[in-house]
Amino acid sequence: MAEPWEEEEGPVKKFMFVNRKAPYGTIYALESLEVVLISAAFDQDVSLVFMDDGVYQLKKGQDTKGIGMKNFSPTYRALEGYDIETLYVEKESMESRGLSADDMIVPVEVLGKDELTSLMEEQDVLLSF
Amino acid sequence: MKLSILVNEGPYQHQAADSALQFVKAALEKGHEIFRVFFYHDGVNNGTRFAIPPQDDRNITVEWSKLAESHKLDLVVCIAAAQRRGILDENEAKRQGKSGDNIAPGFRISGLGQLIEAGIQAERLVVFGD
Repeated sequence: MAEPWEEEEGPVKKFMFVNRKAPYGTIYALESLEVVLISAAFDQDVSLVFMDDGVYQLKKGQDTKGIGMKNFSPTYRALEGYDIETLYVEKESMESRGLSADDMIVPVEVLGKDELTSLMEEQDVLLSF
Repeated sequence: MKLSILVNEGPYQHQAADSALQFVKAALEKGHEIFRVFFYHDGVNNGTRFAIPPQDDRNITVEWSKLAESHKLDLVVCIAAAQRRGILDENEAKRQGKSGDNIAPGFRISGLGQLIEAGIQAERLVVFGD
């Protein structure tokens, strides 16, 4: 059954969420993910970018027991169920941190900063966290 | 131009809170329309009327309240971020069994959907953050 907000067709914009911070240490990553999940209800064209320390948000095998915080990384795996499947990782950020696409908890598309720049140019709404 | 604003940092701690306020003032002076100002992360702290900055300093919250009144601004504080940080309106205080509310005049508490809608409805969403 369609939800009330799905019944009327509104404008569809390109939303890009740019995640630049490590998953723990500050609340930006967690609260960014909360916005992303809500955005799914609006039938917009949503993509996510992980760059700078933000690439650590997708790192496999996170264990947060020692810092008393909830490990929210499994939520990234649930994004597919929200029809949010476009996840970009910036190549330079990933490689300078000794990571590869295999270290990521979900399938990602790795893009160099120039490609990412042109992709950002195409967006209607860029939210940076 | 129709603009929406996102404020992600708290007052006095971070320049982003001042920049957002000054940007909105300048935009209004130039005749632009502000569809909504949305406060998220520590930005929700811009919306408490209980903050008391020193008398010889600016009062960011009071300035927002004045601006909201003079220009009918829609100042929205994210409910999830607000609850984490103890920003409550009368309804929420009652619902959560808290003894009082602290939301400043001109601000209202609502959900994150208001941010997405602000992005959809405005021609530009301008983000002030770290």
